[in-house]
Amino acid sequence: MKIKHFLATSALTAGLALAASAQASEITVVSWGGAYTKSQVEAYHKPWVEKTGNKIVSEDYNGGIAEIKAQVEAGNVTWDIVDVELSDAIRACDEGLLETIDHSILPAGADGTPATEDFLEGTLHDCAVANIAWSSVYVFDKTKFDVGPTTIADLFDLEKFPGKRGFRKNPKVTLEFALMADGVPAADVYEVLATPEGIDRAFAKLDTIKDQVVWWEAGAQPPQLLADGEVAMTTAWNGRVFNAIAGEDKPFEIVWDGQIWDLDLWVLPKGSENKEAALDFLVFSTETEQLANQASYIPYGPARKSSNALVGKYYQKDIDMAPHMPTADANLKNAVQNDFEFWADNSDQLNERFNAWLAN
Amino acid sequence: MQDSSTTTPETLVTADGVPLKQKLIQSTRRARLRALLLTLPLVIFIIVSFMIPIGQMLFRSLHNDTASSVVPNFAIAIQDWDEQGLPPEETIKLFVLDLQEARKKREIGKTVGNLATRINYEIPGSRSLFTSSARKLARVTEGPYTEALLDINKKWDDPVLWRSLKRATNDITPYFYLSALDLKYDDEGNIIEADELYQIYVSNFVKTVRLSATITLICLVLAFPVSYLLSTLPLKTSNLLMILVLLPFWTSLLVRTTAWIAILQTEGIINDILVFIGLVGEDGRVQMIYNQTGTIIAMVHILLPFMILPLFSVMKTIPPSYMRAASSMGAKTFTAFRRVYFPLTLPGIAAGTLLVFILAIGYYITPALVGGEDGLLISNLIAYHIQKSLNWSLGAALGTLLLAIVLILYWLYNKIVGIEKLSFG
Repeated sequence: MKIKHFLATSALTAGLALAASAQASEITVVSWGGAYTKSQVEAYHKPWVEKTGNKIVSEDYNGGIAEIKAQVEAGNVTWDIVDVELSDAIRACDEGLLETIDHSILPAGADGTPATEDFLEGTLHDCAVANIAWSSVYVFDKTKFDVGPTTIADLFDLEKFPGKRGFRKNPKVTLEFALMADGVPAADVYEVLATPEGIDRAFAKLDTIKDQVVWWEAGAQPPQLLADGEVAMTTAWNGRVFNAIAGEDKPFEIVWDGQIWDLDLWVLPKGSENKEAALDFLVFSTETEQLANQASYIPYGPARKSSNALVGKYYQKDIDMAPHMPTADANLKNAVQNDFEFWADNSDQLNERFNAWLAN
Repeated sequence: MQDSSTTTPETLVTADGVPLKQKLIQSTRRARLRALLLTLPLVIFIIVSFMIPIGQMLFRSLHNDTASSVVPNFAIAIQDWDEQGLPPEETIKLFVLDLQEARKKREIGKTVGNLATRINYEIPGSRSLFTSSARKLARVTEGPYTEALLDINKKWDDPVLWRSLKRATNDITPYFYLSALDLKYDDEGNIIEADELYQIYVSNFVKTVRLSATITLICLVLAFPVSYLLSTLPLKTSNLLMILVLLPFWTSLLVRTTAWIAILQTEGIINDILVFIGLVGEDGRVQMIYNQTGTIIAMVHILLPFMILPLFSVMKTIPPSYMRAASSMGAKTFTAFRRVYFPLTLPGIAAGTLLVFILAIGYYITPALVGGEDGLLISNLIAYHIQKSLNWSLGAALGTLLLAIVLILYWLYNKIVGIEKLSFG
C-alpha cells in the first residue's frame, strides 16, 4: 500500500515537474559583462522574464569563439545564446558551430517597416542577428591640454600633443587608426591595408609613436589609464568612456574622427536544449522597444532604424543619448566599419607581424 | 642433552599449520596490493588528467585531418597530380562536388570554413576565397568544373594554391612544427625561413627562458638571507615572519598584480615619493611598469615564497654548531660559510631554483598585465592560439616544444646538480 502510494505521488510530482518545465525554461545568456551586460539585463532580461515567466542565467565572457567551439564539439552546450563580434559570428557560422536563423521570424519595426528593411544594412546574417553597433574611438583628458586634439592625425602627433598614448595590444583597429592618421581616407583603409605596401605604411606610422605607447588588453583598462594620468590620450570603446564621463564625472572627451565601428550580434550555439526559448529571447530583445531602451543605459547604437528614432535620455542624468551613439550622423563623418572579411583573412598573419614588431 | 637440539630442524609453521615463509610472502603481498590500491586513484588521476592530455597534445601537433575530412574524394585524387599547372578536370570536379557536399551537410569540424581556415594558415588571405567560392559553387551543376571555378574567382588559377591544398590533405604534417620554428614552405614547396618581419616564436622561446632564468636568480639572491634569518631566529619570531612570507601566497594573483600596478606606475606611490623627496623632477618620473622591469618585479614577488620555503626547511636542519666548529678550527667567517654552510644548503637551492624556474617559464597572466610590449611570453602565444586564433595544432606544437625545452633543461640540471640532492624540506 505504502509503496503504491509513494509511487503515485512521485509520478504526480514528476508529471507536475514536466508540465512546469514545458511552461517555464531557464536559458543561459552570455555577454561581455560590466556596464554592457547591465544595459542588457535592464532592457532585455527583465521584461522578457516578466513576459514569459522563464528564467535567465547571465554569464560573462571575454569574447572569442573558443568556448562555443568546445561546447558544440563536445556535444554539451550550456550557453543558449551568446553576444559575439561580427568576425566571430561569421567564422563560427562558417565552421558549422551555430544554428541558422530564419529572418522571417523577426517582427516588423514599431513603425511597421518589415524587419529586413528596418535592420541597418549588414546587421542580419545567416546565423546572427545584430543588437547594437559599438565603436573604437580615442579619448583624451581635457585637463591635460589647453586646446584639445580633434582629428585622428592628432592621436599620432607627439609635437602638438605630447604625452603617452594608450593602444590596444592588437593589430585590429590599431593599424586602421595608423593609416587614417597617415592620411588614408576612411573609405579606402581596407583597400590600402590589403597591400604589402599598405601594411608597411601602417607599421611605419606606428613606429613614430612606439616608445610613447602604453598597451592595454582589457576594456576596463583605458579609462583607468587615463584617470591615473598614465596616458594623455588612449583608444577605447565608446561605451566604457561614456560610462566614465557620465557615471563617474571624469573630465574626458571623445574624438569621433576616424572612429571604427563594429557590431555585436546574438548567436545560438548549435545543439542547445533550450533552442526554442533562446530564439524567443533573441526575437524579443531585438524588437524596436527593447533596443531603444537599451540605449538609455549605454551609448551603443541600436541595430534597428525604428529604434534609433526612439532613443531617449541616460537613465541616471539629464543627458540626451542620441549624440553619443557611434551611429549618430555627426559622429559618422569620417568613420569606417570594421571589415570582418579582411580580418578573417589576415588576422593570423598580421598578429604575427604585430607581435614581431612589438618585440623588436 | 635436550630433545630439541637433536631433532632435525623442521620448517617453522604458524598456528594454523601453514609454513611461516609462505604465510609471510602472502601477507607482504597483501600489504603491497593494499598499498597499490591506495595509490590507484592517484595513478588514474594522473593518467586521465595528465598523460592523456599530453598524448593528445603531441598527436594534435603532428596530425591535422581537416582537409581530408572536408574534401575526402579530392584528397585521394590529388595525390596523383604532378604539381605542374592546374590539377586535371576530373580532380577539380571532385573538389567542387566535395565542397558542395560539405556545404550542404554543415557537419561540425568538417565545413568549408574549417578547410578555409586551414589553408589560410599557409596562404594568408585565402580564407574568403574558399567561403565565397563555395557559396557561389552551390549553383554549379555541370562541367567543365575548372572553368566554373575560374569564373568565380581568378585566384584559383594559381598552382601554389593547389600545391598547398595537396600538402594539407596529408593528415600527418610537420607544418605546425615548421611554423613554431619560424619556418615555412615557399611556392615550390621547399622549407625556408619565414620573412624576418613575421618571425616571433624562436626569439620568444629565447626571451622566455632568459627571463625565467633572471627571475630565478633574483629570487635566489633575495630569498637566501631571508631564509637564513628565518631559520636562526627564535621559533616565535620566525613563525610570525613566516606568516609575512606566506601572506602574499594566500592573496589572489590578480589582486597582487594590480597592487603592483598601483605601486609602480608613473603616477604611482613610488614615483610620488621620489618626486616628493626631490630625487626626480615631475617630468623625470621613472617608468617601472609596462616593461620588462615590471614583469620581473611582479613575478619575483609572486614566486619568492617558492624559493624561501625549501631553502628555509633545509637551513633549519643545519646545526649551528657546524659553523662554530669551523671557526674553532681557524676558518674565517666567509671561509666557514663558503666551505661548510653553503654546501649544506645546496639541496634547498637546487629545489628552489628548479621550482621557481619551471613555474616562471609557464607564466602568462602577470606578464600580459604588467609587461607592456615586452610582456608577451611563449605561454601567451600558446594561450592565444588555443583561445583566440583556434589554431590548436600550432598551439600544441609550441606546447610540445616548450615541454621539450623544459625536459632538456631538467636533464642538464640533473647532470650538473644531481637530482638526488634535491630537498623540498
